[in-house]
Amino acid sequence: MADFLQHVINGISLGSIYALIALGYTMVYGILQFINFAHSDVYMVGAFIAYFVARAVGMTESPGIETLVILLGASMVGCALLGVAIERLAYRPLRKAPKINILITAIGMSLFLEYFGQVVFGADPKVFPSVLQDSVLFQMGTVPLKSLDIAVLGVTLVMMFALNFLIYHTKIGRAMRAVSTNMNVASLMGVNNDFIISFTFFVGSALAGAGSVLVGMKYPKIDPLMGMMIGLKAFVAAVLGGIGNIQGAVLGGLIMGLSEEMVVGYFSSTYRDALAFGILIVILIFRPAGLLGKYTVEKV
Amino acid sequence: MKTFLNSAKVPLIAFVVLWVLGIFVNFSFNSYIQLILIYIMINMILAMSLNLVNGYTGQFSLGHAGFMASGAYTSAYLSTVIPMPAGAMQLPYFFALALAGGLVASVAGLLVGLPSLRLKGDYLAIVTLGFGEIIRVTLLNTDAVGGARGMYGIVGPTDWSLAGIPISRFMGGFTHALIWVLVCFFTIWRIIRSAHGRAFLSVREDEVAAESMGINTTRAKVLAFVLSSFFAGVAGAIFAHYANYLNPSSFTFMRSVDAVIMVVLGGMGSLSGSLLAAIFITVIPEALRPIQEMTGYDLRMVIYSLSLVLLMILRPQGLFGKYEITEALPWLQKFFKKSKATATTDGGAS
Amino acid sequence: MSTPLLEARSITMQFGGLKAVDSLQFQIQKGELMGLIGPNGAGKTTVFNMLTGVYQPTQGDVIFDGQSIKGKKPWQVSHLGMTRTFQNIRLFKELSVLENVLVASNQQIEYGFFSPLLKTKKFLDQEVALRKEALELLRIFHLEGKANDEASSLPYGEQRKLEIIRALATKPKLICLDEPAAGMNHNETHALMETIAKIRKDFHLTVLLIEHDMKLVMGICERIVVLDHGVKIEEGTPEKIQASKKVIEAYLGTDEDLQGSSSTTGGH
Repeated sequence: MADFLQHVINGISLGSIYALIALGYTMVYGILQFINFAHSDVYMVGAFIAYFVARAVGMTESPGIETLVILLGASMVGCALLGVAIERLAYRPLRKAPKINILITAIGMSLFLEYFGQVVFGADPKVFPSVLQDSVLFQMGTVPLKSLDIAVLGVTLVMMFALNFLIYHTKIGRAMRAVSTNMNVASLMGVNNDFIISFTFFVGSALAGAGSVLVGMKYPKIDPLMGMMIGLKAFVAAVLGGIGNIQGAVLGGLIMGLSEEMVVGYFSSTYRDALAFGILIVILIFRPAGLLGKYTVEKV
Repeated sequence: MKTFLNSAKVPLIAFVVLWVLGIFVNFSFNSYIQLILIYIMINMILAMSLNLVNGYTGQFSLGHAGFMASGAYTSAYLSTVIPMPAGAMQLPYFFALALAGGLVASVAGLLVGLPSLRLKGDYLAIVTLGFGEIIRVTLLNTDAVGGARGMYGIVGPTDWSLAGIPISRFMGGFTHALIWVLVCFFTIWRIIRSAHGRAFLSVREDEVAAESMGINTTRAKVLAFVLSSFFAGVAGAIFAHYANYLNPSSFTFMRSVDAVIMVVLGGMGSLSGSLLAAIFITVIPEALRPIQEMTGYDLRMVIYSLSLVLLMILRPQGLFGKYEITEALPWLQKFFKKSKATATTDGGAS
Repeated sequence: MSTPLLEARSITMQFGGLKAVDSLQFQIQKGELMGLIGPNGAGKTTVFNMLTGVYQPTQGDVIFDGQSIKGKKPWQVSHLGMTRTFQNIRLFKELSVLENVLVASNQQIEYGFFSPLLKTKKFLDQEVALRKEALELLRIFHLEGKANDEASSLPYGEQRKLEIIRALATKPKLICLDEPAAGMNHNETHALMETIAKIRKDFHLTVLLIEHDMKLVMGICERIVVLDHGVKIEEGTPEKIQASKKVIEAYLGTDEDLQGSSSTTGGH
């Protein structure tokens, strides 16, 4: 039982991170109907921004809330700006082009970030600065609740609340929802589509940046290809929940995290990564709209 | 028999001309250049076959590497249970192995295609990507074919002599690859210029309208997919027996992306474009190697990926768009007969 | 009365909470030229989609030429002999005019997969024959000169014509025309009326027509079904429809339009 609870905690912790990254995929898909392959690489850059900022400010060995906040801030801002830049330079010119062109551009952008990252950061892994003291904050029976997991959960909850508030209780959030429902009508209603789209990339990338700091905190080895696997899993999470659906991304993330933990804990770890593909295929074949999504019928 | 000879005319001429070129390469260039040429031919088959699905039928498949792997491993495995004969029998042997590889790959294509092809656009891309990866991971975990360590010492064409004339391993490999490049080219070329091909094109243009006009769109998509994966498998088999070593890491998503890049670069719907693009994509990384030596950084992939982005923004139709080289450069029409993929009133010449 | 060529047996189309078409019942006799009219949003195109297999009716059945088309896909319905054109033209834009027609004649193909590869006599002969037939169709509509032009390069009126030609190439028994006069002026509409009458005669067709242009509808339809909010509100000859209070109310249009006097548009 204690084992099981431990797996659940790990699963939720992992799932929260997947959710943060999945939100970026789902928000961009909701608004532009395309899969931003480069999202996971923006995430990777976030980790490195945090790494370099920590070194510059001399905070590599000083774990604490302060460090957490500063690194989160640096990574989120950096990712947000990068995401906006990519949208502006690579995706916006292709707004009217056939889908396949944008997809390929996104793939190209992803590859570019990975390989350029390898050139600039070096291909070998770096050690992420120490963000928080790894300690047991309190015990739930025999199951220890570690500080890192609490931090992950805490940060994720804060982000979720903030996002929810943004989307459902602000004017700009309403504009985002309008654009994702019908871009043309939204612009007729006075919404500046370009700005809203950029803003969506801004927010989605910032969340990825937050995710990267949390990952760096829990698994301190970072390298330019770290985005690939987690990006795929986060993407599957978004599809699982219903791509374009914000609540879906969170639900999908949690399911992905929990199922991965269970498979690794009770089956074997060799299938940890294959599980993501399996889930993806099952979902796309049996319920392509995802758990919370709606499959739109083409109007003839 | 008469029609067979008639239809074989152009392909045979092409074979002879290109084979002579091969002999030239055999004696004039070193084995590194020869290897590049074989790789170009493998890439040509990959590009042409993927073009059938992505370009002509308009379905975005990102799983080509999985089918290539299926063919490669099937052929390699079979070669461990069926010993390679000597001398002149090598060619039929490797041809048969490639055929087997292609057939297995086409079955994989059928299994992947049937459930996936009702999905549209991005979804299809992701599912095919997923299947490609599943194939790779399965091979990674199959010890019978070497698993993660890979398969070593796969037999390949060897040097032998025919009545005193030395036939190099390159000539053996080249001849085999050339046959398949031509089979692939003419198969796709001729299918496109038939009712089946028109069905593919109509699916690309407007699936709903096509279906309302009596086209069984599912069958058309699956057929294109199966045919495409057949040739991907063949390409894999050729690869296996020339590289003599297989590892699942040769068949990652990146390999599928390579194939997609070739198709897009050449022009979706242009076979001649795919041929040229295959040459580019194979040669450029090698040509850029000096830069790597010079600066100490591997900038090739950086340049490669950046070029991809720029290509999509600046010239998304690639080299020839949906036209063949003879339409893009009309002066070439003197040498080749009419080649438009879209039917013309004269009934399709070649 | 002989068995109708097409019978819609109480077909209903439900999208979630919305009943786009509700218990629609009508018949078309062989050789008839029938009209389906109603205000925008009445569900007319939805009916077409149900008849041709694009949508599966949530309830009810469609019997075509004695066969139920329940569960049949659009291509199967096409093989049975029912074809259609689209409200928003759906040509194969990047294919040539000739190609568009050839695709529709795929049903007549008798060669298999390997014949084209080996360029057998059967293949070559059939391709020549198909082209001949397709060109003949184009010639009837004066489009043979543009056979090799890209379909999207045609002016609007000719694109509409091409859609009709393409549908004819499937050798149908029944053709459903979805607003063929949309965007046409007075003269073009008149020419279209003649074309429809002509193809009905020359190709031994039965025609079902959705249209907003009342001149066209009243001018050539022998019988008319009127739909409003997915429900049939009237059925009968043009005279009966024009006199019907129910129909006039449904449209909230002017009397002039329904009586076919010289007005410019019928409803767009």
